[in-house]
Amino acid sequence: MILDSKLPEGPLAEKWDKHKFDVKLVNPANKRKYDIIVVGTGLAGASAAASFGELGYNVKAFCFQDSPRRAHSIAAQGGINAAKNYQNDGDSVFRLFYDTIKGGDYRAREANVYRLAQVSVNIIDQCVAQGVPFAREYGGLLANRSFGGAQVSRTFYARGQTGQQLLLGAYSALNRQIAYGKVKMYPRTEMLDLVLVDGKARGIVVRNLITGKIESHSAHAVVLATGGYGNVFYLSTNAMGSNATAAWRAHKKGALFANPCFTQIHPTCIPVSGDYQSKLTLMSESLRNDGRVWVPKTVEIAERLRRGEITVNDIAEADRDYYLERKYPAFGNLVPRDVASRNAKLVCDEGRGVGASGLAVYLDFADAIKRDGQAAIAAKYGNLFEMYAKITDENPYERPMRIYPAVHYTMGGLWVDYNLMTNVPGLYAAGEANFSDHGANRLGASALMQGLADGYFVLPYTIGDYLAKTPYDKVPVDHPAFKEAEQNVISVNNKLLSINGNRTVDDFHKALGQIMWEYCGMARNAEGLQFAKQEIRKLRDEFWRDVKVVGVNEELNITLEKANRVADFLELGELMVDDALNRNESCGGHFREEYQTPENEALRDDENYAYVAAWEFTGVGNEPRLHKEDLKFENVKLTQRSYK
Amino acid sequence: MAGSNPNAKPMDLTLKVWRQKDKNATGQMVTYPIKGISPDMSFLEMLDVLNEDLLRKGEDPVAFDHDCREGICGMCSLFINGRPHGPERGTTTCQLHMRHFKDGDTITIEPWRAAAFPVHKDLVVDRSAFDRIQQAGGYVSVNTGGVPDANAIPIPKSIADKAFDAATCIGCGACVAACKNASAMLFVSAKVSQLAMLPQGKTERKTRVENMVAQMDIEGFGACTNTGACAAECPVGISLENINMLRSEFIYAKATSENM
Repeated sequence: MILDSKLPEGPLAEKWDKHKFDVKLVNPANKRKYDIIVVGTGLAGASAAASFGELGYNVKAFCFQDSPRRAHSIAAQGGINAAKNYQNDGDSVFRLFYDTIKGGDYRAREANVYRLAQVSVNIIDQCVAQGVPFAREYGGLLANRSFGGAQVSRTFYARGQTGQQLLLGAYSALNRQIAYGKVKMYPRTEMLDLVLVDGKARGIVVRNLITGKIESHSAHAVVLATGGYGNVFYLSTNAMGSNATAAWRAHKKGALFANPCFTQIHPTCIPVSGDYQSKLTLMSESLRNDGRVWVPKTVEIAERLRRGEITVNDIAEADRDYYLERKYPAFGNLVPRDVASRNAKLVCDEGRGVGASGLAVYLDFADAIKRDGQAAIAAKYGNLFEMYAKITDENPYERPMRIYPAVHYTMGGLWVDYNLMTNVPGLYAAGEANFSDHGANRLGASALMQGLADGYFVLPYTIGDYLAKTPYDKVPVDHPAFKEAEQNVISVNNKLLSINGNRTVDDFHKALGQIMWEYCGMARNAEGLQFAKQEIRKLRDEFWRDVKVVGVNEELNITLEKANRVADFLELGELMVDDALNRNESCGGHFREEYQTPENEALRDDENYAYVAAWEFTGVGNEPRLHKEDLKFENVKLTQRSYK
Repeated sequence: MAGSNPNAKPMDLTLKVWRQKDKNATGQMVTYPIKGISPDMSFLEMLDVLNEDLLRKGEDPVAFDHDCREGICGMCSLFINGRPHGPERGTTTCQLHMRHFKDGDTITIEPWRAAAFPVHKDLVVDRSAFDRIQQAGGYVSVNTGGVPDANAIPIPKSIADKAFDAATCIGCGACVAACKNASAMLFVSAKVSQLAMLPQGKTERKTRVENMVAQMDIEGFGACTNTGACAAECPVGISLENINMLRSEFIYAKATSENM
């Protein structure tokens, strides 16, 4: 299989415009002859479904939640980047492109990232026109703040609830198309298989989560906007329901899965407090604009603190190590996420961590409060401080927050070409579900940008190019390919329901999460990864022998829903390990202990690993087949990333 | 590290939980004793513990809606000891922690009760009526592309901030559950106010309020009698001012109707 990324010819800055002219168009009257399925209604899915509806296509949209407004994009806090240069501080499309490529540690495609930077400015215009209440200055114009990995202020925000406001904007556009009858919405419906006819994506099989009914839906193209796979780790900042099932089952039908080992561990999350913990809560990266990260200078002080002999306020200024400011004076507390996370792990591994477990560092606002006053800090971050106080029962205005890294985002995902189409004709992937724009590490405030770029401004052009070459004929859902996929879904469900073992689904999920976090988390090495691969296989075998799923298919069955998702995580986890083992270098969120500089920074190997690793499924338990897409850098020079 | 309070002792509790097999079944309260609950657990983590116990015994776990568990998606609900989202003000159930309860407490847990929110199963209700109200007009009719530059229309900060406050509604339905009439006025007013305040929403302000209110009535929500219970129980602090604004918008729209 040869991976053709279909990058347009010509200079970087002209590729997208040229491509938009070159793509085939579907005449307005013919658009109504095409059906498009969109799975997932987060920023990417809702914006795509709404935009397709506006263009005149017939859209069916699906989400597993009770309403499209619940998708986990809603929880994004800090902001959305755009190269507007409203601050006159030297921003430009090229600078956003450059920061994103560099932030991704040179493992993303130049052309995709440049396009992302170009359309970023349209996103802000679109959202404002929808009535999204972004933060504004007293003069009435839009406000900006800065985020990690950038030296300009290009982040637009709505207090600490930017994702909510952007998603509700996309949801409102979606609602308008639902009202017009151009989008048919299927909430509480989960995709369980992809249907191919003559090698092309022609539909999906879903389960109605209320009645359990297995149903087929046919279309001319299928878009997966189903988010990332961070919940492989069990504990993450993802929502409880976030899962990889749609993407994974598409992978099992032939779609390649790219760079699965590229996972982002976010540096500022509330630390784990007990075994019962069900999820981790993020504290927005924007807090690093004003918060200073530190730990005690010596192990001895840290130990006394952990034993409760002293409190944080007893530690003299001279005994505090503001390690990010010390090591990275140019970016200070605003280094990118992978760098901040790795350094937190480093100081905790040295024994200088705080909190009873020693797995936390301080994020301290005392200086900012002294400088700007409590009211100013509350205006910027009030809801985050409140959330912190609710969870920990501590007042962050009086004592520094305790934070620790947690799994947050997955840069890997389904392989897509420049048109966001997977290698399966007619199957597209958008937002976090694809691998395309963030390389080995995503910068803050770039996920919202990418989700909306894909849905509002990329897919509406590129999907037309494919449909224009597709006959109008519809495939009936009684086609053998649909019946076979339905049978497959039913038999997996029956199997899960019939095992009646001794261990619960959550039990397996937690065990998988522990393996992944320990051996495929913030730091990895070959020996650990090989061990993890065997452990995952054992756990997966045990799952299919001993899992306990009660009830029947024909009802609202929360255990069955989870069992399907965890079954897929148990396969995906192994692929992540395979990918991490294959990549004998460190880059971005992928840190292989064998490959580091003397200063413990990631040591890339551009000669041998400047490629996208796209994996082909060859059967459960079989070794996956690797396909490489070489990355060519013609506009930026590959250097060791430095934030010093 | 047992969070902030290493000395907090585990609690034993009695849960009285509404169990209902499906929407046509008759439901009932079922009592479950539960032991060893850490005060640092969230309320939903406590229910996770209950469900793991039930599963191990081969019993059907309690179905409840939840997703983000950080107070923003609006999916969690639960009527806890007679109050939507439980005893702590300004807090969703997922952000409610067990430290607000005492060892030996009995806790009743019911679904939202409203004719417009029928029960699917146990504590899971159907809130699709909210989506249909939004579909009736909760948007600005702009297509993707072809919009002016984001800074073309300055908006005073005070207006933008007020619009934001209204826009933070998470659509959980606590306002309806809190209201003796099961009125959805606070929910509807949040969106109407947000868009009526912003210049982008003004073009359609009259048709929007008329259509959204009409849909609210079709869905079977009750009338608003100004008790203010909705705002008192709203987990994100949506203010009653929005209901005032909805009323004046509605009267103005009716008096000068553009709805053909």
